[in-house]
This record gives sequence, structure tokens and C-alpha cells, in this order.
Amino acid sequence: MPSTAQYLMLSATLFAIGLVGVIARRNMIVVLMCIELMLNAVNINLVAFSHRLADLQGQVFTIFVITVAAGEAAVGLAIIIQLYRLRSTVNVDEVKTLHG
Amino acid sequence: MDSALLLVVLLPAIGALVNGTRAFLWPLTPKNKTITNIFTLASTGLSALIATWIVLQSVGHPWQHTYFEWIPSGIGHVGSTIANFSVDFALRIDALSSTMLMIVTWIGFLIHVYATGYMSHEKGYTRFFTYLNLFMFMMLLLVLGANYIVMFVGWEGVGLCSYLLIGFYYDKNFAADAGKKAFITNRIGDFGFILGIFLIFSTFGTSDYAKVFALASAGGHAQYGAIATAICLLLFVGACGKSAQVPLYVWLPDAMAGPTPVSALIHAATMVTAGVYMVVRSNVLFRLSPDAMLVVAIVGAITAIFAASIGLVQNDIKKVLAYSTVSQLGYMFLAAGVGAFTAAIFHVMTHAFFKACLFLGAGSVIHGCGGEQDMRRMGGLRKYMPRTHWPMLIATIAIAGIPPLAGFFSKDEILANAFTHHKFIWILGVITAGMTAFYMFRLYFMTFHGTYRGGENGHGHHEHAHDPHESPFNMTGVLAILAVLAVIGGFVGLPAALGGAHPTWFQQWLSPVLLPIGGEHFEFHEAALSTEYILMLVSVAVAALGIFLAWRFYKRDPLWSTPKRLATSFAPIHRLLENKYWVDELYNATVIRGTVLFAMALWWFDRWVVDGIVNGVRHLTVFLFGHGSNLFDKYVVDGAVNGVASGARGGSMMFRRVQSGLVQNYALIMGGGIVLIALVYLFMKP
Repeated sequence: MPSTAQYLMLSATLFAIGLVGVIARRNMIVVLMCIELMLNAVNINLVAFSHRLADLQGQVFTIFVITVAAGEAAVGLAIIIQLYRLRSTVNVDEVKTLHG
Repeated sequence: MDSALLLVVLLPAIGALVNGTRAFLWPLTPKNKTITNIFTLASTGLSALIATWIVLQSVGHPWQHTYFEWIPSGIGHVGSTIANFSVDFALRIDALSSTMLMIVTWIGFLIHVYATGYMSHEKGYTRFFTYLNLFMFMMLLLVLGANYIVMFVGWEGVGLCSYLLIGFYYDKNFAADAGKKAFITNRIGDFGFILGIFLIFSTFGTSDYAKVFALASAGGHAQYGAIATAICLLLFVGACGKSAQVPLYVWLPDAMAGPTPVSALIHAATMVTAGVYMVVRSNVLFRLSPDAMLVVAIVGAITAIFAASIGLVQNDIKKVLAYSTVSQLGYMFLAAGVGAFTAAIFHVMTHAFFKACLFLGAGSVIHGCGGEQDMRRMGGLRKYMPRTHWPMLIATIAIAGIPPLAGFFSKDEILANAFTHHKFIWILGVITAGMTAFYMFRLYFMTFHGTYRGGENGHGHHEHAHDPHESPFNMTGVLAILAVLAVIGGFVGLPAALGGAHPTWFQQWLSPVLLPIGGEHFEFHEAALSTEYILMLVSVAVAALGIFLAWRFYKRDPLWSTPKRLATSFAPIHRLLENKYWVDELYNATVIRGTVLFAMALWWFDRWVVDGIVNGVRHLTVFLFGHGSNLFDKYVVDGAVNGVASGARGGSMMFRRVQSGLVQNYALIMGGGIVLIALVYLFMKP
């Protein structure tokens, strides 16, 4: 049975990978996937603490996060598809019309 | 009766209104003369008749009636006392105003009749009678007014009519100038008069004759002695202007530029005597102030002899009469000044008779000679104009002071009073009387005797000029009536020494006007019989001497060698008199030139100083508030606004780079931030 600290280290590693992916990758789909990765790192955190504190609130919250993440992924992918149809690209650097 | 009196005043005004409207509508039409005559003669004639009826009804019962309150102005402070300044439109009938009323209405009516003949060839016929009727209206206001304010309205009104009538021939420069001269000179006097009225009001709190004189009479010398001197001197300044006394007499000789009936009515018989009337009306005030009386007497005496001496050498027939009028007015003031108020009014009356006659006679002569006024171009008119000659002769004898004609009685009464009062003034009066006799008979002999000299022109050969012709009956008839008055008019003042009463009937008639002062009744002068006789003898002798000299100089010697010799041997004096003491020139050089220079100086001041200041202020304003505010606006206000804008612009140029539009940049910064916060939290924990 791994200790809580091990869970947390896993979670932090996943979060760091996700964050780097969000910052460094140019493909929007990859960025979206990395965001999912970060979310799931947080989920691991929540479940780990739920287990440690013997409190089910954290696991219930995780279920909610997974549900919202599913919706988010759907909306995000839909936006990416529309963007692709409009601009024929999914490169984040090329989508910067809101610059100052 | 009070409405009848109002009618007396208003009838001439109605005449003036009707004729004025007609003159305005048809200025040059001579055909409507009959209608003009009807209105002008009916209004003055009816006015005279009603006036006579009123006077006869009111003998011994003076009364006055207030028609309406004219200037009600409530209660206010006058000096230290509280007074109610209100002026009534009120008319008054008493012995004095009755006398003046009779003179004004009847002489006025006669002169209107005469003027219908005299003016018959004139263009402005209707205009002339409009002015003449207006004059009658104003003159009646003047003599009938029951307070000083109503009198002042009439006083100014007759001044206006005088101006209009002197300038009747307005297309001639000298007439227009003479009108202006008369008007402006009168303004100087009127200024004094109105100040006098103000002073009367502030002293007595009313301008009503009855109240003022009752107060003055009750207060006497002790209460009003000092203020009365000031009042009387101011009133006398007004009288000097209106009645042509030294030094304001200069307008009257020039006023002869007007038509001759005007000279007779306004500048001899009525208007110029308004000053005398006013002084006699204010006799209670004048008697309170012996100093003012002395001034009046001296000014009168100086005017009398001064004007008479000028009259000695004038050649214009109307100028001689004009200076004679000034001189006789001086006589009237002399009389008032020595306290002979009744004698002054007596002389006003007799003078109105014979001087109107003389002026109208002169008008007839001028009319007959085709407009000629120079006596050197007349002569021998006795043959051509007998109906003019006889009234003129009678009036000349009357003014010369030969008994028993009118002029003798009034002049004698004045001289007798002057003798008891002040010997020097008497001497001046006697010399004046001699001069008067001389210049009047000089006029008579030059005009009516010798041979007619008018047919020759300047080069000595005969022109085909027509002989002088007699004037129509409406002119000579008036002359005859006035001549009769000049004969019998004096008997109302028959002195006791010649079988009359003491006081004379005329004095008794006027005595109600001479109120007692502080309980002291007015005393009529009374001298010993022998003195009276001697005085009469002296004045008759002096007059006879004047007549003899005139006869000797101008009748016996048709070439006039004596006066010509005198003129050359006393050349400086002759020049002095002929040029009227250069008084006009003196006034021109001092008063008029001074006024003009003063006006020029003011103009210069206005042009350079006032305008300079105004323009300077303008330039300064334009500079400060134009350029100045422009600069301020441009650099301060706009600068602030633009500064804020460019500051914001600069700032935003700097910060806009932060929003790159690259989502990953945002995420990087956010991540970096979180790391930073985490590090701070971990390592800088206290």
C-alpha cells in the first residue's frame, strides 16, 4: 500500500508534465489533453487525501470533476473543430487575434 | 366764472390748434386766409370780451380757482422741514392780473387785426397766426397763473413763441440767428428764475402766490430778510433775460428781424413786460430786501440811459424803437426798484399803448415804403400816409412825456418816486427822458418830414420806384384806436398835484396787491406840492429841450448839417454809439468765443483722452483676453487635455505588449506566478 506522500509525488509529477505540455506544445489537441492530465493529477490528490482522512467528500468531488472534465473536453474539442474549419489550423501560435 | 376764465385762456389755444393743423396741411396756400382770419380773430376777440366781463365782475373781489392738481407728489423733506410738494393748475384774478389781462387781450386783439393787413402778402400766413395765437395762450397763462410754476410754464411758452416768431423768415440767416440769440439769452435768465422758484419753494413750502406772500408778509424782515435777497436777485436774473435788461438786453434789438406786428405785440407791449409783472407780483418779497431793490433800481437806470444813448444814432426805424423799448423797460425796473410798483405797472400799460402804436406805425411805414427800414431813405411821408402820420405823432408826443398824454403821467410818477428815493437815479432818469424825446422826434422828423428820399438809389439818379402808399384801414384803424388810448390812458393815474386823488386812482386800484409787511402798510410816495410841480416842470422842460434839438437838427435844416458835424467832431463817441458800445462784439469775443473754445477743448479732451482711454482699454482687453486667453487655452488647457491623452497613450503602448494573444504565454506567466507564490510561501515564511 503506497503511502500518501507517494500518491502526492505522482500527482505532482503528472501535474508538472501537464503544465509543461500546456505551455510548450503547439497542437491544441495536445494542449487539451495536457489540461486533462492536470485535472486528473488534481483528482489523484483529492482521492489520496480522501483515503488518508477517511472522508468520502473528496471522492464525491472527484466524480464531479471527472463529469465536468468530460463536458469541458467536449466543448474544447468542438471549439477546436470549429477553429480548424475556420482557419485550417490547430496551431496555438497562429491563433492570436486578441493580441494587444 | 371760473370756467369762463379757463375759456379766456383756452380760446387762443384752440385758435392755434385749428390754424396750426391747417398750416401743417397746407403750408403755402394763401387762398384760405379768410378761414385763418375767422379763427384767429374770433378766438382772441372772444377771449378779450370774456376777459373784460370777468374783470368787471371781479372788481374788488380777487379770487382764484384750482382746476386740478397738476403735480401731486406727496410729502417729502425740503431742507429740514417736511413739505407737501404739490402744484395746482390754478388761475387767479386780482387787480394786477386784471390789468395785465386787459392789456394782453385787447392790445393782442388789436395787433391781430392789424396783422391780418400787414401779413397779407406773406407765404406763411396761417403759420404766423398759429404762433401768434399760441403766444396769446402762453401769455395769458403767464399773467393769470396763481403760482410760480404755472407762471413759469407761460414764461417759457412765450419765450418759445418769441423764438418762433423772430425766426419767422427762417430762410433768412439773420432772422434764424436772431431767434437763436433771443432763445439762448433768455435761457440764461430763466436759469436764474427757476432757481429763484426753487428757493421760494424750499423757503415757504409752496409756490402759490397767496400763501407765499401771506407767509412773507407775516414773517417780515426779521424772518425772511436774508433769504428774500437771494430769492429776489435770482428772480431778477430771470426778469433781466425776459425784459431785456443790462447785461442780457442784446437779444431784443436783434429780435426786430421778426415781422413788425410781432415786434409790437411781443417785443414791446406784452412779453418783455413779463419781467416787470413778475417783479411787481413778487413785490412782497422784494420789499423784504432793500438790497435787491437797489440792484433792480440801478440795473433799470443803467439800462434806461444806456439803451437811450444807443437809440440816439440808429438809422433803422425798428432799431430805434427797439432801443427805446429796452430803455423804457429800464424805466419800469427803475420804478419797481425805488418801490413805485404801481408806477411800474402804470408805465407798462401806457407804454403798451404808445409803443404798440409806434411799432405798428413803423410797420405801416415799412409796408408803405415797400419793405424799406432805413430812415435815411424815407422822409416826407406825412403827405403820402396821413392816416399813419397822426397816430404816430400822438404816440411820439406821448412817449416824449408831454402832458397831458399817457407817457407824461407814468414817467412823472416814476421820476417823482426816484427823486424821493435816490437823487442819482433820478438824474439818470431825467437825462434818459431828454434822450427819449430827442430820438423819438428825430425818428418822427426823419420819417414824416422833409422830402421823400426813397426813390433814389445809391448812385443818386431816380428810379421808377412807385411812391409810398397808405396802408389799408384794418391797419390804420388799429393805429387810431391805440393813439386814442395813448392820449387818454394816462388819466387813470392823474396825480394829486394836477387835480387827481392821493393815492391816484390807479394806485388805489392796485393797492390790494401791495400786502403789508410785518404789520407795516405800504405807503404811497407823497411829496410836497411845490416839489411835485418843480419835478414836473423839469421833466417837461427836458423833454421840450429834446424835441427842440430834434427839430433844430432834423426839421429846420433839411441837410442835417449839425448832426453830421457833431458826428465828425465827436467821432469816437459817435462810433461808440453807432456800434452799440461794441457789446455784441464783446460778448462774441468773451462769452461766445470762450464757450466755443471750451467746447473745442472738451472735444479735444474727448477725442484724445476719453477716446484714448477707451481705445487703450480695448487694446488691452483684446491683447489680454484675446491673445492671452488664446495662449492659455492653447498651452495650458489643451496641454493638460492632450497631456492626459498622450500619457495614457504612452502607458498603453507599453502595456499592450503584455497582451500578446498567445494563450501559452498567459499560461506560462500564470504558472510562473504560481511557482513564485509557492516559493514565497515556502521560503519566506516567517
